[in-house]
Amino acid sequence: MLLQADSTRESTAGTTDRVTGEELDAGDVDIVYFSSISGNTARFVEKLGRPAARIPLYAKDAPLVARHPYVLVVPTYGGGDLGPAVPRQVIRFLNDKRNRSLIRGVIGAGNTNFGEAFCLAGDIIAQKCGVPHLYRFEVFGTPDDVAAVHEGLEEFWKQQP
Amino acid sequence: MIDKLKLVSHVDAINWNKIEDEKDVEVWNRLTNNFWLPEKIPLSNDVQSWNQLTPVEQQLTMRVFTGLTLLDTIQGTVGAVSLIPDAITPHEEAVYTNIAFMESVHAKSYSSIFSTLASTKEIDEAFRWSTENVNLQKKASIVMDYYQGDDPLKRKVASVLLESFLFYSGFYLPMYFSSRARLTNTADLIRLIIRDEAVHGYYIGYKFQKGLEGATQERKDEIKDYTFNLMYELYENEVQYTQDLYDEVGLTEDVKKFLHYNANKALMNLGYEAMFPKSVTDVNPAILSALSPNADENHDFFSGSGSSYVIGKAVNTEDDDWDF
Repeated sequence: MLLQADSTRESTAGTTDRVTGEELDAGDVDIVYFSSISGNTARFVEKLGRPAARIPLYAKDAPLVARHPYVLVVPTYGGGDLGPAVPRQVIRFLNDKRNRSLIRGVIGAGNTNFGEAFCLAGDIIAQKCGVPHLYRFEVFGTPDDVAAVHEGLEEFWKQQP
Repeated sequence: MIDKLKLVSHVDAINWNKIEDEKDVEVWNRLTNNFWLPEKIPLSNDVQSWNQLTPVEQQLTMRVFTGLTLLDTIQGTVGAVSLIPDAITPHEEAVYTNIAFMESVHAKSYSSIFSTLASTKEIDEAFRWSTENVNLQKKASIVMDYYQGDDPLKRKVASVLLESFLFYSGFYLPMYFSSRARLTNTADLIRLIIRDEAVHGYYIGYKFQKGLEGATQERKDEIKDYTFNLMYELYENEVQYTQDLYDEVGLTEDVKKFLHYNANKALMNLGYEAMFPKSVTDVNPAILSALSPNADENHDFFSGSGSSYVIGKAVNTEDDDWDF
């Protein structure tokens, strides 16, 4: 039961979860995302309707391994001045060199009312990995956000070498 | 108050080593880490700036803050407390007690601003205005009515609309002043309140969605109708309240955009799609920037017409943020 595919992936034809040893293969996706149990980021990714893989919530889960270049979608909630902004699950994912080598951009989620912490995890990852922070949206994104990111990603992937 | 206070009927010793909903712990930690008191903010540094405001601007500021004081008082003594008997986990109850207390801190912090900047006469006049302004009183009574109703989910809706929408006609002003380098210490304090309210709205909205999960479609439809009706009722009143406050300084239209923008986020906190389209939520970038320094920077790389990107300025990171 450790390797449950999330609904986004189940609905995507041709995307399969394969277990290699203790790892979870991300499959043929160009979005990797983290979402807490409140599920706001997952909901945004679902609305995008693109093949996507979710970073596992729990340490006991097999780690996700990306196979193709991807854009990471990551939320930041609360205050930025105390405690780490990047979710520990995302740190675990990016600590795998294979995953780090395939990241091409970040999309941040949050709420401008969090002040300096607004999309802070996205800023940190963009800086550390040397990739652009492509877009910021709030809560689970408005229909306008979904359209902008969907079109933006189409163009973005065309421009990638 | 004649109504008998509703209390939880049974209490077990709370065990923080046995967690049913990890969101309770996460939010408890977030809120306690974010704890602050108004005494830590050097408000007196704003005295000079205050004296440079026009009498109309000063009066507006006082009225805005008494309005916010009223909302925080309601949320501290009634709103957050009314959610406790509906809690599903003991840890959720504990989070509401934290929320209630912080609302009382918020309410008190406006008095700190008043006593630093204004005379007793001005303070008394502003409080009198707040009891006499029809639209402010109506906003308070609408929310109070729903808190006293008997539907736990409806109470959460009212609470989220208060936390994530009703405050923003007031929050606009200190952000506006801050964008013009006025009353900047007061703005620092207000930003702390805004941050707290954002976590409250997120958490109560999450609990609302959990509560709705297992409901029948009929019940879901009923709650959705109720939510949007309440939003419309509050919105109409909020527009009039905004006119009462801001017409004199010509900012009403700008404030309305800020209301739309935050109404969308309040609905999203409850799991509903945004209601106001992009064309009426284009908040002045200076206001967004006052809220969050990184809100308007590189907001949309995609629409940057292919120009090369600039990675954002350095951010402070914790050692354990990043350990490759």
